[in-house]
Amino acid sequence: MEPQFQPGDRVRIRVNYPARHFRTPGYIQGKIGHVVGVHGAFRNPEALAYGGDGLPKQFLYLVRFPQSHIWNTTPAASDTLYIDIYEPWLESA
Amino acid sequence: MRHVHDRGGWPDAGPVDRAEHDYAIWEKRTDAMMRIFTRDQHLFRVDELRRAIESIPPRDYETMTYYERWITAIETLLIEKGLLTRAEIDQQVAAMAQP
Repeated sequence: MEPQFQPGDRVRIRVNYPARHFRTPGYIQGKIGHVVGVHGAFRNPEALAYGGDGLPKQFLYLVRFPQSHIWNTTPAASDTLYIDIYEPWLESA
Repeated sequence: MRHVHDRGGWPDAGPVDRAEHDYAIWEKRTDAMMRIFTRDQHLFRVDELRRAIESIPPRDYETMTYYERWITAIETLLIEKGLLTRAEIDQQVAAMAQP
């Protein structure tokens, strides 16, 4: 199993508010950032949350965003947000 | 729609209270119970606790303290897994409340 994305890739966080438990916060959904690294593959916490085994494992990425793309306020241009996001929540952008 | 726990960027969330405070004995016991359930007996996972906390109706969630949310979620999971019933929990709580 290979990660679908690599460091430097431009990605968009999917917009999804399923009725089930999910781990991707609203403030980052729909935003475009860049992959910084791949942490590895881990059991899916959104399935572990219901007592499942969380398999197959999913790749977890560190993704970087300019803070100015996320908040309505105007932070310093260099302010950056890093967030861990699982592969099913990412799409190429 | 964003759920009640999904707070990032809420303009009215207010500052975080950074003051240290003492925990009540029931809060320490709640923490200890969760550690036993998740580690020693593997009755459930911390991921399930989080899901159960986030399933608390928003109106209740907003008025509960940190460990009130934990104990509510622990009850939810114990009932969900058939280890206790709502009636058993309520009976025991009522019995313990007797002077």
